[in-house]
Amino acid sequence: MPHKTFFWFFFPTGLAMILFIGLPIVSSFFQSLHIENQQILMEVENCDPFGCTTNVRVDVEATEKLKEQNPLGRFNGFGTYADRNHLAFDEIGEAWNTSSSTSEFKDIVLNLPFYKAMLFTLTFCFAVTPPVIILGFIVALSINTLAKSLKGLAIFGSILPMIVTPLIGSLVLFWMIDSQGIIGATIKILFNDPNLSLKSSSTLTWITLIIYGIWHNTPFAFIVFYAALQTVPQDPIEAALIDGASRFQRVRYIVIPHLYPVATFIMLICLMDNFRVFEPIIGFSAEGVAQSLSWMIYQDLRNENKMLFGSAGATSMLTIIGIAILLTPVLLRTWREFRTER
Amino acid sequence: MESQINRYSKQLIIFNSIFILIWLSISIFPFLWTLWGSFKVKADFFTRSDWTYALNGFNTLIETGATATVKAYFESWIEGEFWRATMNTMIVTVSVVTISLFLGTLGAYALSRSTFKYTFYILIAALIFRAMPHITLVSGYLFPFFQLNIWGILPTTIIVLVAINQPFTLWLLYSFFKTVPKELDESALIDGCSYFQAFRFIIMPVMWPGVVTAGLFSMMLAYNDFTVTALLLNQENYTMVPKINAYLGTVEYGGNYMWAVSSVVSATAPLFMIIWFFQRQLISGLTAGAVKG
Repeated sequence: MPHKTFFWFFFPTGLAMILFIGLPIVSSFFQSLHIENQQILMEVENCDPFGCTTNVRVDVEATEKLKEQNPLGRFNGFGTYADRNHLAFDEIGEAWNTSSSTSEFKDIVLNLPFYKAMLFTLTFCFAVTPPVIILGFIVALSINTLAKSLKGLAIFGSILPMIVTPLIGSLVLFWMIDSQGIIGATIKILFNDPNLSLKSSSTLTWITLIIYGIWHNTPFAFIVFYAALQTVPQDPIEAALIDGASRFQRVRYIVIPHLYPVATFIMLICLMDNFRVFEPIIGFSAEGVAQSLSWMIYQDLRNENKMLFGSAGATSMLTIIGIAILLTPVLLRTWREFRTER
Repeated sequence: MESQINRYSKQLIIFNSIFILIWLSISIFPFLWTLWGSFKVKADFFTRSDWTYALNGFNTLIETGATATVKAYFESWIEGEFWRATMNTMIVTVSVVTISLFLGTLGAYALSRSTFKYTFYILIAALIFRAMPHITLVSGYLFPFFQLNIWGILPTTIIVLVAINQPFTLWLLYSFFKTVPKELDESALIDGCSYFQAFRFIIMPVMWPGVVTAGLFSMMLAYNDFTVTALLLNQENYTMVPKINAYLGTVEYGGNYMWAVSSVVSATAPLFMIIWFFQRQLISGLTAGAVKG
């Protein structure tokens, strides 16, 4: 296809992607270098019969004017990245100097907002992915042995957790697990502890979120494994059968090695998708004990009256760096696939 | 031989059936429970004292005179203006699917038929774009959109969702176009068709399975989106998912939980029906390329 034809075919979609994916990233970066305008203070002298007092007050008019002149705020360089809510260099340095043991230092660092969110995000990613792969594989094996007439129904039932949006999925589970829901209330009666609830401890909330993550992601792993199972060559299996291999041995030594590349693909996609976790936190109302990087950005932006563009931009940039690190293996894989294709 | 491979021992069949039943109940039961509970009153569905209330509708009977009620649906659709959210969702979904298929088929066709090296870099760039968390993009949109005064309205959200959806649509359609033999459009070109004519009259008619799959994924993205719609739309233009979130209320204002429960059912039911019909396309799409929607 000549360059010119290619250009016109590709132009609309390319323009859309550059305008609404490329530029926003640049704009996010630009925002992260700025910080909200300071309020302009003025001294006002109040005189009454008992004498005069001077008060400091916000000059609303001047502040508004400054905001109009400079809507993005003043230039701050990389200041926002280093502040307490992001990388917090000063706080970490101080903690390093004052804390007497490594565990104390760790405590202080992991209580800083950014590192706290980072810890949750990574824990979530790495706790959800392995069970998803194992469970997805077992479900795929099981459904593969079903009679044809039942397969369609079983597949439909299995993919439901994946096709609802995470917010709705987490709400549906939350309404059952909550202390007022069916499972939560039953557990309370079983353990005979009226105060036992999801929100009573942060560990419990984290576990609930991780269980939700497994519930939501398993269908994807199942579908991909299921499709891959159809491509397993039959000849080696037959040969193994003749040699007297048991069913378990056939799965262990023929099927699993064949599915190995598929499993790495699922793992990478899972890690990447779970790195942006934030809707479940809202669904489970777990903001108090579990914050993720994406949730921090959402929190900065949700208040219509005072959006913290600088802070949101800085967190976005740091999130993108995290995604880039996770993405590198996927990119290398695609790169290699393309090379061999050509 | 075939029969021997697929012959299972009795224990295996029993174990297998039990496992599938447990798995299916885990994946389906929460939705059935929500559907059941949406016909009860709050005191039954969110009970502290006795969970059997949710089954027999104890408080529902006292409050409404029957063991099941559609009060929550009635109130959320009319008082809670869920009908408006539904309409907005329909507008957004239909527009996003149409526009993104139009742009996506054109772009993916060009990518699959061009032999130059830049197609490879474009596809890699699309993969990187696809991995960007939507919330980081939204943080980049808000400020310019406020300055341009296009925040809060449906058209902005539609075009944003189309753009966010493009990388995935491109990859998916690209892998479908690759399976259509090149000779088909080459012979059309020799017969004097222009590239666009070959695309429109030769390739598109055989591409319907791919287009349906790509459309299904665009639909799911637009229908399910929370991040973009919650932050880029104003309250009156909310689509279903942010509307449900709004019903939950904030710490300061208690929400109306039963509205949220009934709206969750109203929002998921059509989605499940569509997936039931297009299950095959959905699965082929999930396994087609190296990306996921």
